[in-house]
Amino acid sequence: MPTWVQLVFLACGVCFILALKGLSGPKTARNGNLLGAAGAVVACAVPFFWRDLNLQHVPLILAAILVGTIGGVYGARKVQMTQMPQMVALFNGVGGGAAALVALLELQEHGEFFDWFPLAATAFTVVVGSVSFAGSVVTFAKLQELMTSRPVVFPGLPVAFGGSFVAAVVLSVMLVNEPQMWIGIVLGLLGLVIGLLLVLPVGGADVPIVISLLNAFTGLTVAAGGYVLSNTVLLIAGTLVGASGTFLTLLMANAMGRSVANILFGALKGGSTLGGGEVSDRPVKSAGPEDIAILLGYAERVIVVPGYGLAVAQAQHTLRELVDVLIARGTHVDYAIHPVAGRMPGHMNVLLAEAQVPYEQLIEMDEINSEFKQTDVVLVVGANDVVNPAARTTPSAPIYGMPILNADEAKQVVFLKRSMRPGFAGIENELLFEPSTTLLFGDAKETLGKVLAAVKAL
Amino acid sequence: MSEPIVWLTIFVLSIFVGIEVISKVSSTLHTPLMSGANAIHGIILLGAILVTGTTSNNVALAVGLVAIVLAAVNMVGGFVVTDRMLQMFVRKPVKKTASTDGAGETK
Repeated sequence: MPTWVQLVFLACGVCFILALKGLSGPKTARNGNLLGAAGAVVACAVPFFWRDLNLQHVPLILAAILVGTIGGVYGARKVQMTQMPQMVALFNGVGGGAAALVALLELQEHGEFFDWFPLAATAFTVVVGSVSFAGSVVTFAKLQELMTSRPVVFPGLPVAFGGSFVAAVVLSVMLVNEPQMWIGIVLGLLGLVIGLLLVLPVGGADVPIVISLLNAFTGLTVAAGGYVLSNTVLLIAGTLVGASGTFLTLLMANAMGRSVANILFGALKGGSTLGGGEVSDRPVKSAGPEDIAILLGYAERVIVVPGYGLAVAQAQHTLRELVDVLIARGTHVDYAIHPVAGRMPGHMNVLLAEAQVPYEQLIEMDEINSEFKQTDVVLVVGANDVVNPAARTTPSAPIYGMPILNADEAKQVVFLKRSMRPGFAGIENELLFEPSTTLLFGDAKETLGKVLAAVKAL
Repeated sequence: MSEPIVWLTIFVLSIFVGIEVISKVSSTLHTPLMSGANAIHGIILLGAILVTGTTSNNVALAVGLVAIVLAAVNMVGGFVVTDRMLQMFVRKPVKKTASTDGAGETK
């Protein structure tokens, strides 16, 4: 490898480090992302200027890049902010798939000259890349509601999973001893099976953690691929993503009060991520938009708890208008943001930022939780699990141990709900049946519009 | 230093850097960060180009082109979607009476 190529790769590696650094602060995030993109583009341009490499099939390669670019840009621009988690899952999955294919090709071209260590790295790349691909596709299907978001468990699943895993290890050892193409292909297929079996038993509410975990997997895959290809920039970029992705996964799992092992294998051990999911017929107190408008209009302190349902109903803008009117009336209003509100940590911030809610009004859980006691009205819009006291009181609940917003401590709680259906975790919310709770049924956008009109008329 | 050790060194140091650079991230930015990291591993596109461009086998060429398409989707889509998300975090220059002009943008 010529020196200039190695130097360019080094520079690109530095770009990625600075990109991640930038992405972890709100002011620097956008530039960080652009820097990462610049590094990636430069690195990918290198083969076309690298004379001694004697790159073949250039028109075909450029055409393939063009196709992928169009597909990527189209998907990225079309996707609604509510569907962001599944889009990230899909992008991640295709990356993992690409890494597995690259490793297979390298095995086919140079496998016979490989030492045992590059062969082991090849096996790793093929298996984990396929796991990431299949797992992400299942994740996508769950979030896009192409299939049920409940945990899918069947009797032989633990055996099938264990069996595939052992088979993958055995075949990897075989591949190291004797680099043959068919072993590589079977490893890829096994990876697909493992990915499928890994994600099927995960319940809907835990899927975001799995996206993050699979993201880290793909990172490690790319790192191993970098070793196989003796390419430093792949090794650096992949390792960075693998390490930061693993760390991020643990942070997220922490925010939900769960362990990663529990999320992945909880359903296997006795259905702990399973919720009942049935609709309750216990009596609740409901009211019309005008009553809610009066409650809100004469409150001094209001906290809004937004959830995924808000975004599904596309009611963010109406909500923001309502809050603006209340603030103009002299009410102190903030939004309480649970770390896993929405379907991915930080997702709610993105959704509200899209509706141009000022950043200062979004208060994180730890800061606002002590204020619920002095709050007149908590307005819960399309959220459920993040205010479910079962997380504190019911050890058998799937969300037990998750830190929640203390909405139940407020004087009044108003739930805007479409129906009595339980939240994403599939469990009933005791808060709905409290005497201090009032429900307002209907589509969030429509009912918020009515409340808004009624508040204006006060 | 033998070559495998050099690779191991890069690997281990990158792990520490990867954890260190994001250790102070606020939960607000978890989604864009995940998405941005996701785009970075799209660099496998480079690997796909290198492998595809040096093969003389037609089947391998076809598989390689598929890998390039997939990797390009990952890389380009990842960066574009992250940028779209982050655009929304940029503070608009003194935006006060949002209730009137916001209505036109609700689409």
